[in-house]
Amino acid sequence: MLPALPRKYHAASIWLLYAAGFVPAAYGFWLGATGRLPGNPVKEFEHLLGLWALRFLVATLAITPLRDLLGINWIRYRRALGLLAFWYVLMHFLTYMVLDQYLNFSAILVDIVRRPFITIGMGAFVMLIPLALTSNNWSIRRLGPRWVKLHKLVYIIAAAGALHFAMSVKVVGLEPWTYIALVAVLLAYRPIRPMLRGRKRRPPEPALRESERSA
Amino acid sequence: MSLYRPPRIASSEITSERWFLNRRGFLAAAAGGALAAAGSPAFGEALKSSKSPYTVNEKLTPEKDVTSYNNFYEFGLGKGDPAANSENFKPTPWTVKVDGLVGKPKEFGLEELLAMPLEDRVYRMRCVEAWSMVIPWVGFPLSALLDKVEPLGDAKYVAFETVVRPEEMPGQSGYFQSLPWPYVEGLRLDEARHPLAILAVGVYGKTLPNQNGAPIRLVVPWKYGFKGIKSIVKITLTDKQPPSTWNISAPNEYGFYANVNPEVDHPRWSQASENRIGEGGFFGANRQPTLPFNGYADEVASLYSGMDLRANY
Ligand code: HEM
Repeated sequence: MLPALPRKYHAASIWLLYAAGFVPAAYGFWLGATGRLPGNPVKEFEHLLGLWALRFLVATLAITPLRDLLGINWIRYRRALGLLAFWYVLMHFLTYMVLDQYLNFSAILVDIVRRPFITIGMGAFVMLIPLALTSNNWSIRRLGPRWVKLHKLVYIIAAAGALHFAMSVKVVGLEPWTYIALVAVLLAYRPIRPMLRGRKRRPPEPALRESERSA
Repeated sequence: MSLYRPPRIASSEITSERWFLNRRGFLAAAAGGALAAAGSPAFGEALKSSKSPYTVNEKLTPEKDVTSYNNFYEFGLGKGDPAANSENFKPTPWTVKVDGLVGKPKEFGLEELLAMPLEDRVYRMRCVEAWSMVIPWVGFPLSALLDKVEPLGDAKYVAFETVVRPEEMPGQSGYFQSLPWPYVEGLRLDEARHPLAILAVGVYGKTLPNQNGAPIRLVVPWKYGFKGIKSIVKITLTDKQPPSTWNISAPNEYGFYANVNPEVDHPRWSQASENRIGEGGFFGANRQPTLPFNGYADEVASLYSGMDLRANY
């Protein structure tokens, strides 16, 4: 088991995660803006952002099984991971709109309506917006049980993200299959979970945990 | 924007032709001598070639990009994989077998192919993925090779095949195989005979790097890049339309013809515009309109007159 992080560092570690989380985007942007990304810099950057969005989604979904199965309680980082996923999808979308399509709105609209992989990506992005807007303690308190229900959308978003990736490539290689497998395992864990938990007789968890309340 | 201009035969061309023929004889002898001395040509060896009127007047894509941003799935799916994973590939010795409906089937050694009259051809290259380059190839017209084997009257198509060497091409081995091997492609015989269709043996004045399809590859500038089959070992003349790898893999996305056409979208992206590679970072990048037949319409559109280009994508 990992040594527990002293409580007084919890808040700082969350901010550190935000700071570290934006490093790939900042570094990629710097490389691209200064002509250091080889080949097709816009696509490289667009892909980098999409991949990190998917990684943060996977990490968000991994928090619960990590705690259940390995006893590692990182739930205090879950909100940051989810919000990082949102910011990366937003940057991915803006890169596509501005750097890739040069704000050619008719072309963008045609893409969103007519190209299934982009329709699916767009759907995932739209669903992420209410989740990002309600990722704060105030919303959790206001919405109560509806908050938990609303945030179940993340399952659909992650599945859509992985599918969008697989559909965007010419040949589905090892990398997209890896993400499909990760998301599939993490989603399949959810229906299995009550059975495992039933055996262990844990109380149902509140949406807002003690550690988050203080953070 | 400077468009492709069809070559005109100027008087200067006629005088240069004689010089060119002399030079060709000289070069063949020189190449033969060099090969006898060195064994076989190495990658990156300088090639002697002559100017060609079939050249576009546009800014060249930097050599670094031409040789490091490639699709060559035999070496992996990433754009950098071909450059990173092809160092064990041996482009020499090499032979290209030309057979099928021909009067004189023949196996050509690489030395013979390098001794063909080589020309500099600066061509646009439009990838089906909506990016493009301007590349200075060194090669010779495919028709020159076809003439040597004397196609029979019932030959209607030309089929091409890439080498299969799992031990040298990591994408051809392992659990995950992206495409069925060998990679195959085809052209109609009249397309193959068009003067713009070349077999390239070099780029940027030197023999081809492995990642660009060493030692010999097809270049058909009015078609999407995937038609330009690399590392060719076999060319067969047939009377039936030959299979092509991407068409087998996803028939609704990649047709046999694959002519560059801004009006026929790929199901997953628009083909109306393209990203010119290698113009320096995000802000130097250049999305420009894609031209019918990649700007070579004056030259090749007549090959397809009366054909429905939407149905025959
Ligand atoms: C949850 C939301 C999303 C996730 C997780 C996501 C993730 C990804 C990933 C992983 C890739 C492929 C990267 C690679 O090939 O290495 C990708 C490609 C792409 N995505 Fe997204 N994406 C999302 C939403 C969107 C949205 C909203 C749009 C635009 C409307 C979009 C447009 C694209 C485009 C155009 C590509 C590139 C296709 C190409 O290679 O040309 N994505 N995305």
